[in-house]
Amino acid sequence: MIRLLIAAISGGLFGAGLAISGMTDPAKVRGWLDIFGAWDPTLAFVLGGAILFMAIAWRFKTPRQPAPSAPVDGRLIGGAALFGLGWGLSGLCPGPAMASLTFSGPSVVIFFTAMAAGMALFGIWSKRV
Amino acid sequence: MNPDWIAGLIGGLMIGAAAALYLLGNGRIMGASGLLGGLIDGTGRSNRAERIVFIVALVLVPALLVRSDVVQPAQPVAGLGVLTLAGLLVGFGTRLGNGCTSGHGVCGISRLSKRGIVATLVYLATGVLAVVAVRLLGWSV
Repeated sequence: MIRLLIAAISGGLFGAGLAISGMTDPAKVRGWLDIFGAWDPTLAFVLGGAILFMAIAWRFKTPRQPAPSAPVDGRLIGGAALFGLGWGLSGLCPGPAMASLTFSGPSVVIFFTAMAAGMALFGIWSKRV
Repeated sequence: MNPDWIAGLIGGLMIGAAAALYLLGNGRIMGASGLLGGLIDGTGRSNRAERIVFIVALVLVPALLVRSDVVQPAQPVAGLGVLTLAGLLVGFGTRLGNGCTSGHGVCGISRLSKRGIVATLVYLATGVLAVVAVRLLGWSV
């Protein structure tokens, strides 16, 4: 029960942070990636604030775990490359897509549906290889 | 300082606090793509309820903030065809690469994980590439 309560508070706080920070605004995300145009540095503050808080939290994690030892492989790089293309095209990534599901019109619903389909496709593909 | 930057920093600290609570309270990495993806492909069966509760709160709290005028709703920047393609790329890519902006970007970089740092550099690079390509091809809304 306590785990569900923590999940609810954490999910709600995550959603509020995404909405307040501007991450749910695709134009802001596009502006952040538009380094050769009208660059918008807002996301540096979002990521900076989040990483700062988490860097402190990792110090309180017991037992202190070393950074994951899994190697950097082709899947990591290929997956991140595909994700980045989709992120740049739409200005949406998974967290903000879920956070803005109710208020950004049908476009986010369509994006979310396609994203879920992409995840399902990966599930099928990964069982075959 | 630009008010958008201040809002970004405050929101960012809240995102960090959410990830910290999930890590220290439930011992898990707060990664949006992993939480959802595990529900979709069945790999997250062991803590299904926790994932569902997290996602429901993630959807509902911003809805309340918009309803009470704290946050303004946003406009899409791409047409439906581009959004569909982008969604497929984001869904498949985040599962293949095992993380997105929250998992690799926030949780990975903050512990100086090599995988998190490399993934973030790669998706930032291809994200910039996509934005440049969109401008060159003249795709807009």
